[in-house]
Amino acid sequence: MADVLKIGPYELKSRLIVGTGKYPSMDVMQACHDASGADMITVAIRRINIDDPTGKTMLDFIDRSRYAILPNTAGCYTAKDAILTARLARELLETDLIKLEVIGDQQTLYPDTRGTLEAAEALVADGFTVLPYIGDDPIACKQLEEIGCAAVMPLAAPIGSGLGVCNPYSIRIIKERAGVPVIVDAGVGTASDAALAMELGVDALLMNTGIAAATDPVRMAIAMKHATLAGREAFLAGRMEKRLYANASSPMRDLIGTPK
Amino acid sequence: MTISVNGAERECAEGSTFAELLGELGIDVRGIAIARNDEVVRRADLGHERIAQGDRIEIIKAVAGG
Repeated sequence: MADVLKIGPYELKSRLIVGTGKYPSMDVMQACHDASGADMITVAIRRINIDDPTGKTMLDFIDRSRYAILPNTAGCYTAKDAILTARLARELLETDLIKLEVIGDQQTLYPDTRGTLEAAEALVADGFTVLPYIGDDPIACKQLEEIGCAAVMPLAAPIGSGLGVCNPYSIRIIKERAGVPVIVDAGVGTASDAALAMELGVDALLMNTGIAAATDPVRMAIAMKHATLAGREAFLAGRMEKRLYANASSPMRDLIGTPK
Repeated sequence: MTISVNGAERECAEGSTFAELLGELGIDVRGIAIARNDEVVRRADLGHERIAQGDRIEIIKAVAGG
């Protein structure tokens, strides 16, 4: 049976969502998207350069027949700016999907929970499929779900930090209590981080820098694809119980040199 | 009349439509979206919606991000 992820009305085959930022080139980015197996890709929204408005936009590098686009409101520090950015993204991209970010602080890039809740409420009322980036806070996640968000996206660690899952216990609690998909967003640095997050039972991962800033991004995209799958399968399989002492795998009977 | 486009003031002919402004700026309408005074201007309205004195206009595109 196919292990499909449902986010609101959308269905994703891959549980890895990838970004478009910080790649050494557009060619490498496209190769990474392909290698990652992702079918959803994030973009940011910014002012066009009025002094040089020609040239390509990110949309020229994404095959929209293959990938769903998830625009973000990165860089917004107020609910008002995030709401307008989301509406502009919807007009530009003809999608109701929005990765909601209301940032609270430039150094940590931690979300402003109050602003995120306020913007989420307005965007849900406006018909958006809202995927909010939020702290690893079970209460905030539950409140976002109650508002009507289609998923919640707690951070594993600060954006771009590559520190991995800093608080696996909170992520587990969030997942246990959530009635919508939980997508770990931000902080995944390498394959073991991705596998660990998925083993906690979360539904998907969203990553950018973990792939884009690797020495060989395409190879890391392959690693992240496998790690996401491995973690997911391990979670579904149900891991063995941990024990303090050894428990032999081979029979302890009929050993040579022992009395019959 | 004076308007603001992406945070910079500029002069614009009276009665201009958004499509005319985009043409003047050399911007391809397919890759952008526009807001006027914090409200989105729908793509279908760009050809007939007129710009007014003092309008704050934002023109955006999709860029790299995570």
